Amino acid sequence: MNYSQILEIASCTDPGMVRSHNEDSIASDPANGLVVLADGMGGYNAGEVASGMATTVITTEIQQLLTKVQPFQIDEETREPVAGRMIREQVLKANTSIYQAAQSQPQYAGMGTTLVVCLFYDNKITVGHLGDSRLYMLREGKFSQVTRDHSLLQEQIDSGIITAEQAKHAQHKNLVTKALGIDPAVDPEVHDYGTKPGDVYLLCSDGLCDMVEDEDMGMALQALGGNLKLAAQQLVQMANDNGGKDNVSVILVRVLREYPAPRGVMGKVFGWLK
Amino acid sequence: MAKLILSMDGLVLKEIPLSKERTTIGRKAHNDIQIDNLAVSGEHAVIVTILNDSFMEDLGSTNGTLVNGNPVKKHFLQNNDTIELGKYKLKFIQEAGAQPAAAAADFEKTMVLRPSAMKAAAEQAKAAGATGAAAAQAARQAALQAVGTAAQAAGIAEKPAAVHAAPPPPPPPPPAAAPAAAHAPAAAPHKPSQPLGAIQLLSGGNAGKELELAKPLTTLGKPGVQVAVLTRRPQGYFITHVEGAQRPTVNGQAIGSSPHALKDHDLVEIAGIKMEFFLKS
Repeated sequence: MNYSQILEIASCTDPGMVRSHNEDSIASDPANGLVVLADGMGGYNAGEVASGMATTVITTEIQQLLTKVQPFQIDEETREPVAGRMIREQVLKANTSIYQAAQSQPQYAGMGTTLVVCLFYDNKITVGHLGDSRLYMLREGKFSQVTRDHSLLQEQIDSGIITAEQAKHAQHKNLVTKALGIDPAVDPEVHDYGTKPGDVYLLCSDGLCDMVEDEDMGMALQALGGNLKLAAQQLVQMANDNGGKDNVSVILVRVLREYPAPRGVMGKVFGWLK
Repeated sequence: MAKLILSMDGLVLKEIPLSKERTTIGRKAHNDIQIDNLAVSGEHAVIVTILNDSFMEDLGSTNGTLVNGNPVKKHFLQNNDTIELGKYKLKFIQEAGAQPAAAAADFEKTMVLRPSAMKAAAEQAKAAGATGAAAAQAARQAALQAVGTAAQAAGIAEKPAAVHAAPPPPPPPPPAAAPAAAHAPAAAPHKPSQPLGAIQLLSGGNAGKELELAKPLTTLGKPGVQVAVLTRRPQGYFITHVEGAQRPTVNGQAIGSSPHALKDHDLVEIAGIKMEFFLKS
């Protein structure tokens, strides 16, 4: 199934106003309904290497798998669509690659990356994420955050130490509790959500959400929804106008129409048997 | 920027800013700080400066290096430390105020907080007196707070804890007191100095009406027909074409696909409606 007529995708990435190079990395494969965004960290150019490895490994591996298996097919083991396991396993693979590179090459020591990856299929989206790169959704005029950061700040908010309002002024916005490539093992958070035609999904690095209020992001998306490319550029520009302290990356995906999985009669029978 | 003040017998000889990552000290001419004295080795010591932290390392000198009177191999320099090489003294001066600013800059960088650090902090918190089942949650919370400060200290070039050992900031840092707040009030409100723009409709059913452009962006036009957006930026106001076959015109000229800067009293036409842009105040 080719999703390029079902999903409209636009993206934009920028080093921002302060950093000299861009450690973010983005990839999108409209035909397979796959988008990946990674925000690398680590000295010198290692952050770029980590985020680049993450997006490349995950997209190429998932592309390969998709030639053999459909994401909506039910996994024998988990009894759930294979998409979830697919994302989880490819994230682990990327983790191993980055971790080994960091271990074997001194200049890459300590590199890592945050990640958000989305796979669209069967009127659904499977989202995997690590760290503080985020997924937002605009549905029927309502703009909301889908992923929850793996960050110290989020944990503090969850445990009631600080309020969301105080969090905006916190000093340690940058401390993530999970990331790709830092440890030999990683546990990505993977969830499925239903999609509706008209939904706009926003993947972004913390360079956007640290600089621009959610409210303003939602406003920009709503106002410029007619022109996704422009909306992506506008979001980056807003981050830069507010100071652009970090690299800014944005991927926007609009669901143009329904895309139920093409299940044949045999497929249905199989589904029942399982 | 930190600096060194070279002196001998209380006489100030030179002031050296630590502008380079490596500042070498020795008797030979190729050193950044040359001290031509036989008690000083050819390559005596080096000062490595990373961001706002400076480390002094003795390069295996014959007569050794003293910091505040103690012989050291490697030392994390702090304000007013005195390095001694033979009869020469180098006083390390860290400009006040530089440190918090640098720290704030560092905080922008994303760093990973390892679970091990969390555990260590949790244990610390437990050891600090949280006992009993009911205290477990408290310990966890304390850990989260402790790690916040601990990780800040640890994250930055392995600063000795002493540097940051100042009482941990209260969990809800008041916006004004937090160094980061001065640094990046995320989504800073638009500067009051920026003049407020507005448009006045000149044709159509609402002719004569005025619309203030106070929001970061305002869309105008008819969805599906022609839509343009007016963006408010630090540099001023811009108009950008969003959708529709026809592009908006500014003073009779259709705009391109990139944002077009608006000047006071520009005449704009969007979806057949004429309007004038002007700056208030």
